[in-house]
Amino acid sequence: MSAESGAAKTPAEYVSHHLMHLTSNHDAGFVSMTNWHIDTLVFSTVLGLIFLTLFRIAAVRVTSGVPGKLQNFVEVIIEFVDNSVKDSFKGDRSFVAPFALTIFCWVFLWNCMDLVPVDLLPLFSEHVLGLEHLRVVPSADMSATFALSLSVFFFIFWYSFKSKGVVGFAKEFLTHPFGAKLLPFNIILNTVEYLAKPLSLALRLFGNLYAGELIFILIALLPWWAQVIPGMGWMIFHILVVTLQAFIFMTLTIVYLSMANENHDAEHH
Amino acid sequence: MQASIPSIVGQMIVFAIFVWFTMKFVWPPITKALDERRARIVDGLAAAEKGQKALIEASSRGDETLKAARTQAQDIVAAANKQATQMVEQARADAESEKARIVAAGHSEVVREVTQAKDALRKQVGELAVAGASKILKREINAGAHAELIAELAAKV
Repeated sequence: MSAESGAAKTPAEYVSHHLMHLTSNHDAGFVSMTNWHIDTLVFSTVLGLIFLTLFRIAAVRVTSGVPGKLQNFVEVIIEFVDNSVKDSFKGDRSFVAPFALTIFCWVFLWNCMDLVPVDLLPLFSEHVLGLEHLRVVPSADMSATFALSLSVFFFIFWYSFKSKGVVGFAKEFLTHPFGAKLLPFNIILNTVEYLAKPLSLALRLFGNLYAGELIFILIALLPWWAQVIPGMGWMIFHILVVTLQAFIFMTLTIVYLSMANENHDAEHH
Repeated sequence: MQASIPSIVGQMIVFAIFVWFTMKFVWPPITKALDERRARIVDGLAAAEKGQKALIEASSRGDETLKAARTQAQDIVAAANKQATQMVEQARADAESEKARIVAAGHSEVVREVTQAKDALRKQVGELAVAGASKILKREINAGAHAELIAELAAKV
């Protein structure tokens, strides 16, 4: 494949071509206020719909008797997520557990797109649909990973306010962990701590999958006979990364929300 | 590499819809089914335990009934044996008394016949004596006049 598309391109052009999104305009800034990443939106939405359709079918046909294969599969995932949530989140799980499930399955499917041969869909879209650029791994796009982590960030505040109240939250933000006398340090530390959560969530997932995609692109630059061994090795390793990153994202989300949901003041009394 | 703000916002909206859908239409029915199955398994295990207990109870009750039946059967057999012995004894006693009665009846018959024979003999002897005497006495003794005496003699013999 690389021979075909790489014939007219230098390796650098091939790589950078692969790292360009299908966008609504040509804004090339690091942060764009106007540029829609159409490929990310389309692929992530389609993958999300696959997840929802599969699980919805299982939910419609669900029986408390002997489960079918699909139900079995869905039950395994749901019980796994529910147990993960149960282990750390104390309180009503009716939101957090479906939230974690959606994150896990969605991110997993995003990451799975990294296992599709790196040139397959871009070549198809270029030659059949006439689209110049296409990136098929939503989690290798910061827009997707930040969308998730900012949603998690929002719910961290939501649960903090819910458990401590706005005043309690402000008090904790200003006086923990060093006490009221060292208020500026508290503010600095807490700000960093709060900002680190969405940043680390988003960048960890993005970094892993972006790097993974890049390695696949580099492997695709090799002559075809040299691609087999590294391609296969990286692919097998990537099966682990795909699952692990989805799991890490979900687990950290649960941990952050559990921490937000704990009322420190109540514990001291 | 670019972070696109509109894409982030769009993704967040899509994510919110997905989470809402999962929370509303996926999570509750499946966890409900899981809980129901858990409850059914708990019930089933309890029922199995109850059944086992009932089985043990029933089998011990069966043993008891069997034992009672066996004792009753033994009693019945013993009673029947006793009754049979009694009946045999009774029959033997009846037969014994019947035998005694028959023997007694036979004996008295014999005695009666002997008496009769003796009477008849005595009469004949008397008659023979009278006949002898009358032959000896011939004319001198009127049979009619001395019949009373002859009868007296005959009774003495």
